[in-house]
Amino acid sequence: MADITLRVNGSEKQVSVSSETPLLWVLRDTLELTGTKFGCGAGLCGACTVHVDGNAIRSCSTPVSQVAGKSVITIEGLGANGLHALQQAWIAEEVPQCGYCQTGQIMSAAALLVKTPNPTDDQITQAMNGNLCRCGTYERIRKAIHRAADNGGAR
Amino acid sequence: MSPLSRRDFVGAGIAAGAGLVIGFYLPHGGGSRKESFSPNAYLRITPDNKVTIVVARSEMGQGVRTALPMILAEELEADWKQIEIEQAGASTLFGDQTTGGSASIRTTWDPMRKAGAIAREMLISAAALTWGVPRSACTAENNHIKHAASNRSLSYGELVSKAATLPIPSDVPLKQSKDYKIVGQRLARVDSPAKVKGEAVFGIDLRIPGMKYAVLSRCPVIGGKVSNFDDKESKKISGVSYVGKIGDSAVAVVADSAWSAMEGRRVLNVSWDEGANKDLNTAAVMASLKQTASKKGANLYSAGEPAKASGRHISAEYSLPFMAHAPMEPGNCTAHFQGTKCDLWAPTQVPQDCRDSVATAIGLDPDQIKVNVTLMGGGFGRRLEHDYAVEAALVSKAMNGPVKVLWTREDDMRSSTYRPASLHQLSATLDGSGLPIGLAHRIIAPSISGQKGQPVPNGVDPDLPDEAGPVYAIPNYLIEYVQAETPVPLGWMRSVYALQAAFALESFIDELAVAAGKDPLKYRLQLLAKDQDLSYFTTTWHTARMRGVLQLAAEKAGWDKPLPAGRYRGVACFGCFASYMAEVVEISMENDQPRVHRVVAVVDCGQVVNPSILEQQIQGGIVYGLANALRAKITIEKGRVVQGNFDDYAPLRMDETPAVEVYAMPSAEPPTGIGEPSVPPIAPALCNAIYTATKKRIRALPILS
Repeated sequence: MADITLRVNGSEKQVSVSSETPLLWVLRDTLELTGTKFGCGAGLCGACTVHVDGNAIRSCSTPVSQVAGKSVITIEGLGANGLHALQQAWIAEEVPQCGYCQTGQIMSAAALLVKTPNPTDDQITQAMNGNLCRCGTYERIRKAIHRAADNGGAR
Repeated sequence: MSPLSRRDFVGAGIAAGAGLVIGFYLPHGGGSRKESFSPNAYLRITPDNKVTIVVARSEMGQGVRTALPMILAEELEADWKQIEIEQAGASTLFGDQTTGGSASIRTTWDPMRKAGAIAREMLISAAALTWGVPRSACTAENNHIKHAASNRSLSYGELVSKAATLPIPSDVPLKQSKDYKIVGQRLARVDSPAKVKGEAVFGIDLRIPGMKYAVLSRCPVIGGKVSNFDDKESKKISGVSYVGKIGDSAVAVVADSAWSAMEGRRVLNVSWDEGANKDLNTAAVMASLKQTASKKGANLYSAGEPAKASGRHISAEYSLPFMAHAPMEPGNCTAHFQGTKCDLWAPTQVPQDCRDSVATAIGLDPDQIKVNVTLMGGGFGRRLEHDYAVEAALVSKAMNGPVKVLWTREDDMRSSTYRPASLHQLSATLDGSGLPIGLAHRIIAPSISGQKGQPVPNGVDPDLPDEAGPVYAIPNYLIEYVQAETPVPLGWMRSVYALQAAFALESFIDELAVAAGKDPLKYRLQLLAKDQDLSYFTTTWHTARMRGVLQLAAEKAGWDKPLPAGRYRGVACFGCFASYMAEVVEISMENDQPRVHRVVAVVDCGQVVNPSILEQQIQGGIVYGLANALRAKITIEKGRVVQGNFDDYAPLRMDETPAVEVYAMPSAEPPTGIGEPSVPPIAPALCNAIYTATKKRIRALPILS
């Protein structure tokens, strides 16, 4: 067990867990931020995507000790001032079906728009290919990302 | 949206006091009119003009929490913006609550409309009595009853107390589709905002005070049992509080976090009694299907005598492997056993089965089990099982406290139930013009229901009547089912047997078209040229409706227009769950592998309730079906499922997803299934396109094996 300090959605959090615990389980079970999902536990599906210092990472395969002292943004902290442009676009395009993977999808898309405010189809595919959706919402995800980009997107 | 059980619902109704409660009977239901007023309730209107609609099907992404209330709200003349929706838990009052078989809308269409219409008519009566005017002078609109002549209006809320004293009419007028204001509109789904904010509570997210987390070590060999276990190492893991055998074939590790439970399981020492299947492998399963093929089958459909048709004979054999549902949210269930009762929070398609099987497993009566239905991160049929609920209840009882049982992805892949492997023998006799005058299709597959000990009447698996009907009017046509056996656990996976039947039939029809030297689309249209009704169990298939979807698909796809070099098309059509579907795919070949660029999908599913949700279901079904066609294959070695995660059982990703254009035939016929019918045609349409490109016929799925 170790005491680890993280900055999650702008607030400092101290957790007491074994240092190899994946960030995913610290977020979900310790900090009760369940918007970040468990899908594969192996970095294969992207449902657990969060931002660490601005980069999209797979929290299921990231030991919490690696993010000590770093800034973690989860879906709950994405739209700090109301809904993020992507969340609005996701609603406008009616993207979610079951919705389980969508928070991870949105976090991947948000990291993309920060670096590439007006992505091409190919850039979207490249950025989003690590995020699985069994409901098959990919076409609407693509549309929603374009819509958010058109609306000035990165926030 | 709070999960609400039947008891809570009745309680809430009583507590609300003045609330108007309207009930109705589902087809399987019963009871007196007295019951229909309060306990059999799908609708509650309170004096504050709030309309609450209870959804007695489970939301797994298919949109029932939006579409079912739309049906009721239409007849009620409700203000959609003021609707509140409640999820029903397991109940004895809603009839069969199973969510599957693309049945939610088609089985609740009449009862939901009637429930709304009864309320509307009673509210009209209440207003007419209040004003002392004839009923016929009053109209319902937007949560209000209006009397145009005197320009008066009362809200539904204001009429609640009077309406509640009136007799319930037995026969009420239903609206005509041309007057619909809600049904048929692209209304936004009620569940989207919570889902994009991360606030939606799926089963895995549910948390109750004092709850522990459990993972189970299950015997890796199908049917194997725990021989013994040593928990010494597990208990060294910080947070692990309990280790114990659950049933015959699993050991549970319970801890204060999911991760600690997983770590505890990782170091758990279990020895297994591997049992009879320890040498089972896929080759043996397929060989056994082949042996079964010589058995006499049960007739599913019969016209004329194919064996006596004379002409040119063609035959072919097709096979499909086991497949796994692999919904994004792995299995889980939260249970709290408290001596004489047990509460469950289950992401389930079968709340009533969960209730009943849990009751048996922990020795309580069904009415001592309360099942709350959570959102599901996909279902696809996997959550038609109730193993997760039984496990959670057993663990909760064993450790005497609230617990969430969580499955990992590997658990989901390896301890699941699987789409049955199947073999298909097709033979045809072509006349002088190359058209089949005889066709026989033998489906050799294990019965899902049969394996579960459910009835297989006259040797016909009870799913086949919805999923393996005739498509074409062929004078001598026989469809047979030969029931096979397998120890591999079987489950109902999206479109169930229709995927297998359509792959075989629609690939074979293409082979016949090639043999006849005809265009595969025109060949099909020729077989559907005459208006004929094909009666198959309780469904009548109309060749005209199938022809309609096929023609529109061809037109939208530009079938008659030449393609750029390197592009190829394929077509397939099929009917299942009472809906008609045609799909045209456009592909290119890259390094001997197909790349699907475009799919045109046309459905005739009667009245469309919500076109946006319909489009979601069809696009999603095609993406799901493409993964099945290209790669989905569960194999067994040494009695164990080989595949474990999304690397060796790989769903479609964005880079492989084609543009899918969706069209629905305009129709005012009663709605039919939409969750599954888009899945079956995509594999044969793709394989038919591959044939056009390569002259190679694929007779075994998956394509990339």
